[in-house]
Amino acid sequence: MVNMQLTGAQMVLKALEDQQVDTIFGYPGGAVLPIYDELAKDKESNKPIRHFLVRHEQGASHAAEGYARSSGKVGVLLVTSGPGVTNAVTGLTDAMMDSIPLVCISGQVPTHLIGTDAFQECDAVGITRPCTKHNWLVKDINDLSRILHEAFYVASNGRPGPVLVDIPKDIQFQTGTYIGPDTVKHKSYRPKLKANIDKIDEALKLIVNAEKPIFYTGGGVINSGNAAVQLLREFVRLTGFPITSTLQGLGAFPGDDNQFVGMLGMHGTYEANMAMNKCDLMINVGARFDDRITGKIDEFSPNSKKIHIDIDPSSINKVIPVEVGLNGDVAHVLEDAIKLWKSKVYKVNKPAVKNWWKQIDKWRKTNSLHFKEDKKTIKPQYAIQRLYELTKDSDAFITTEVGQHQMWAAQHYKFNKPNRWITSGSLGTMGFGLPAAIGVQVAHPDKLVIDIAGEASILMCMQEMSTALQHKLPVKVFIINNQYMGMVRQWQELLHDKRYSHSYTDALPDFVKLAEAYGAKGIRVDKPEDLDKSIKEMINYDGPVIFDCIVDQNENVFPMIPSGKAHNEMLLGNETEKEEISDEGKALL
Amino acid sequence: MINGDELKHTVSVLVDNEPGVLARVIGLISGRGYNIDSLTVAEVDAEKHISRITIVAPGSEETVNKMISQLERLVPVKKAVNVTYEKKGIEREMALVKIVSTGEKRVESMRLSEVFRAKVIDTTHDSFVFELNGSPRKIDAFVDLMKPLGLSEVSRTGVVAIARGTEKM
Repeated sequence: MVNMQLTGAQMVLKALEDQQVDTIFGYPGGAVLPIYDELAKDKESNKPIRHFLVRHEQGASHAAEGYARSSGKVGVLLVTSGPGVTNAVTGLTDAMMDSIPLVCISGQVPTHLIGTDAFQECDAVGITRPCTKHNWLVKDINDLSRILHEAFYVASNGRPGPVLVDIPKDIQFQTGTYIGPDTVKHKSYRPKLKANIDKIDEALKLIVNAEKPIFYTGGGVINSGNAAVQLLREFVRLTGFPITSTLQGLGAFPGDDNQFVGMLGMHGTYEANMAMNKCDLMINVGARFDDRITGKIDEFSPNSKKIHIDIDPSSINKVIPVEVGLNGDVAHVLEDAIKLWKSKVYKVNKPAVKNWWKQIDKWRKTNSLHFKEDKKTIKPQYAIQRLYELTKDSDAFITTEVGQHQMWAAQHYKFNKPNRWITSGSLGTMGFGLPAAIGVQVAHPDKLVIDIAGEASILMCMQEMSTALQHKLPVKVFIINNQYMGMVRQWQELLHDKRYSHSYTDALPDFVKLAEAYGAKGIRVDKPEDLDKSIKEMINYDGPVIFDCIVDQNENVFPMIPSGKAHNEMLLGNETEKEEISDEGKALL
Repeated sequence: MINGDELKHTVSVLVDNEPGVLARVIGLISGRGYNIDSLTVAEVDAEKHISRITIVAPGSEETVNKMISQLERLVPVKKAVNVTYEKKGIEREMALVKIVSTGEKRVESMRLSEVFRAKVIDTTHDSFVFELNGSPRKIDAFVDLMKPLGLSEVSRTGVVAIARGTEKM
């Protein structure tokens, strides 16, 4: 690699090119003008970087997340100083919590003005320190290229996460030496990929002896990549064990496969949660015992031994103590595990596992996702079921906002491939879905991309419809419209004696007219019999659509494990007779 | 011992000495709700730009182990180790102690300082400044004894620690 002399702004583009980045999301402003100037010049190059202009920097960060989650690549965003950075903070935090690799490049006021409260100045590295995996303020032009390459390395290696590189405007103008990615090696960050083989053997011995085992898998499988997904499927089939997944892990194992017992956790299936509660061996692959999964910690799966595969050693034994912790990358660990399993000719306890399946099938008969259909009003679950049936053969990508619609989508839309399900899990960011869908559509221009939304969430980043139109991104926004912040209303109904404090949205916009105002297509449906026809119309329309699906206002998400309860204390559908929830439980989120 | 299994733990952390590294460590500790009693930091390898941070934190062994795993997640953290005295660590602290008194009290403070092998590094007719090295407990004891003898001010460095024997961090 020849060391060349470039300006800081040129270095940014050169580094992006050398990192195989062809797509960025951003919004210009004073402190990034030199970089935008290079983008304008870059348009004439033979492989120009595609820049997608958003309408708000939060949109840029979620779009970059959608791009990253659906493609497995690093998402890149470019924002200006001050409000540009602070607007991106929500997306950075979201990516931090859900372990999504992002590189955020931000402009900063010139170095001599830093600390003077200059126009559009903020302490970007200070503000983003807790919500990035790492961040840098570049103070010397000759550090810039190294830092940019390190940024991509840190974002995508180990447990992925967002990073931020803050570049003062004078550095963007200065000329210095550019070094290529091959010559850059981070001085200390070396995440461990392979787990100790003796420990893997210890885990396999537990698997051999297990009578009531279950795989509990999470977003780590998907983050690890396609090899991990294939290895997981092989290992699960090899053992014949049941498998459940967290919200983020959906799609790693086919959702319509008989071995899959559904999502677990607060709104998981009865069979998944009961199996977690009663199992004697839990094999956690790339999940992290989140509080939405465990419910009451001291009654979480009381009689099981636990194996935990995680690339982040701090996740192991963080919440739930485990018998065997395997610190490493999911694909590497599973590859070694399968090799060892075969070479030692290990066998599972088939008769015991068969009995276990009998028990699981009994739980399955509860049919916990069941809901009462209605001829007059559209049930939200029904809307999602129809959407699934009419799109399942088109390899659709689904993003969501946050709330009831998100849980119904997770319950009723079955994912058979990884990276097709893009949702804000840990941070729970309303407003995520539309910009994320834009990012997904950019990564997959020929695929059907649907944001399953709520009418409250969608209004939080509604402005990005304009982005979709400008860049000809035919995203479909499927609004489950019940006029309430549904999940807030549900909790108020169950926990606050039906005092619906500020969860009803009066004066909603006319979504059809709103769509038309943006230049998109608007569709409204309020009768079950019109649903299929309209969904088809939405799918077949070549351009962005806002689909306003008016649904039953009183429907709740079931099953539900109330806060502070154990897995075997879940509420099923319409038998929600006032089971008292303790004050301690109410205090939990 | 504080109570039950709540010990004071001493954790040594090796970090790349880069801008903001101390803010990252402190931010993590406060953000994740850990308490600390003292924290010291200085560069220990000027060529490789490595600093050593010593943190004294109260808590159970489990809590401190979690804190160590979280610290090791930080990109510039190379290693974090529990070097608590109760295990195999050596801990030292330095204190400057100012006594303002006259007459018998002044003489007594001088006498006690000899028992503790403290050095007088400044004196007037009405005051002493003692320099004292040792374990935190020794310094606590000295400060307690000085209270009735005109103790005016104390400045302590916080603990630095290292493992005994051939073991390297």
